[in-house]
Amino acid sequence: MDEILEILEKDARTTPEEIAKMLSMTPGSVRAAIKRYEKEGVILKYKTIINKELLRDEHADVRALIEVRVTPKKNVGFDYIAERIYQFPEVSSCYLMSGTYDLLVVVEGKSLHTVSNFVSEKLSSMENVRGTVTHFILQKYKEDTDILRKAKKDKRQAISL
Amino acid sequence: MGIKISKKAESIPPSGIRVFFDLVLGMKDIVSLGVGEPDFVTPWNIREAAIYSLEEGMTSYTSNKGVLELRQAISKHLVHRYGLEYDYDDEILVTVGVSEGVDLALRAIIDNGDKVLIPQPSFVSYGPNVILCGGTPVYMKTTHENGFKITGKDIDEYCDKKTKAIVLNYPNNPTGASYSKNELKDIAKAVKKHDLTVLSDEVYCDLTYDFPHTAFPTLPDMRERTVYLNGFSKAYAMTGWRIGYACGPKNIIHSMTKIHQYTMMCVPIMSQMGAIEALKHGERSVQEMKREYRRRREYIITALNELGLTCHKPEGAFYALPSIKSTGMKSMEFAKGLLSEEKVAVVPGTAFGLEGCIRISYASSLENLKEAITRMERFLSKHGRR
Repeated sequence: MDEILEILEKDARTTPEEIAKMLSMTPGSVRAAIKRYEKEGVILKYKTIINKELLRDEHADVRALIEVRVTPKKNVGFDYIAERIYQFPEVSSCYLMSGTYDLLVVVEGKSLHTVSNFVSEKLSSMENVRGTVTHFILQKYKEDTDILRKAKKDKRQAISL
Repeated sequence: MGIKISKKAESIPPSGIRVFFDLVLGMKDIVSLGVGEPDFVTPWNIREAAIYSLEEGMTSYTSNKGVLELRQAISKHLVHRYGLEYDYDDEILVTVGVSEGVDLALRAIIDNGDKVLIPQPSFVSYGPNVILCGGTPVYMKTTHENGFKITGKDIDEYCDKKTKAIVLNYPNNPTGASYSKNELKDIAKAVKKHDLTVLSDEVYCDLTYDFPHTAFPTLPDMRERTVYLNGFSKAYAMTGWRIGYACGPKNIIHSMTKIHQYTMMCVPIMSQMGAIEALKHGERSVQEMKREYRRRREYIITALNELGLTCHKPEGAFYALPSIKSTGMKSMEFAKGLLSEEKVAVVPGTAFGLEGCIRISYASSLENLKEAITRMERFLSKHGRR
């Protein structure tokens, strides 16, 4: 992967000027490269990672991983049914899996109830869906390489040889 | 009367930055570029291996030379990396960091009055180590202008009949300078000519950015006269584990092992267990850290030069040694001022034997580096030239 992307993936706020210094490029060429990536959709968008575990919000969304077994549709295979599923705003991630089930769908909702309703009313009842298994997430420890707790302080002495 | 201190102990100079340590102590919100160790914690697989060894009850002494499996892993690592062959049985000794390795090697070769060449600026302990062995350190001056490097010709100039050894350290702390293979060949020729023993401290070897690192004993005729010193502190972010190793011809390793036996006995077993894991499965983490350091290097060197603190591009390690001559300040005055006014900690060059520069460690997050540069800019605009 291009180093510009690597740097931005770590910290999206790194400015083109700073990236230019790090990679011995000109700020202009970094800016141009970023523009190109944005245009091509390689850079989809810039977001902030919020550690919701720290918000201790009683009304925080609940999340469930749902294993979905489906019958692939002729000619279009899994893509068709996947698209039918991931279009729902309740679905935060959707993957095609190898193994004993076909799609892994991550669903977010206000409560256990909303999530179960979504599964029974929208997912399970869908044509081609042969069965679902729902796993609710109780606690998140680490997500997308980020450990979900406050970063520890640097414990080194301020000066050492 | 109290305790009377030995002349030898009295004769070693106290660390030039003692005052500085005290100043830093108790200060809050410091942005520190003064730290000579990685800002990463030891990779988890290494920590986990050590924890497991404790759970398994591995809490005993080990062989004086170090755990066999570790010596085998070191031997294999050096063959793989440099084609360098050392017998794990009698040519490798596991030491308490490179620091112990340097001390042991010097004690094993220095007699009263022997001289030891040390390119300067240099890491702080070489000189005092030589003095404690009854030898005399001879500092070879290197400067910004020659990229902080010595040549074979310099060795010719500094050598006399009493010169016994030379301590090389590349990539270098504090300059970051390293040598290409050709530059080393030139040094090796002079080493042979003057029949010197070489202590080659290559603890920063994995952090070489612009060309492949050349291990000194791989040069023609150098294996037989070199003590190759390396460790886990820098590459694997394991400074607190205190573990390194020395490799060399049988006779010197044998003598060093004797001294080690009577002083250290052995390196703590949990550190040795962690080190085995580091050599077996640590390469990925090393490469990741190296990439990160390289980016920071590019960033900090460009930023320092833009500030008017001219700086040569260090080939390795994680240090930069910019000149502060343009400010007209002495390096201690600069470092103290920067600390008290802007709370940025750097180490004055005088700690390493060179006036007119400061050592900056870029083993710090990019966020810290950026903040430090902003503060330094403010400091410089307040104090004259900018």
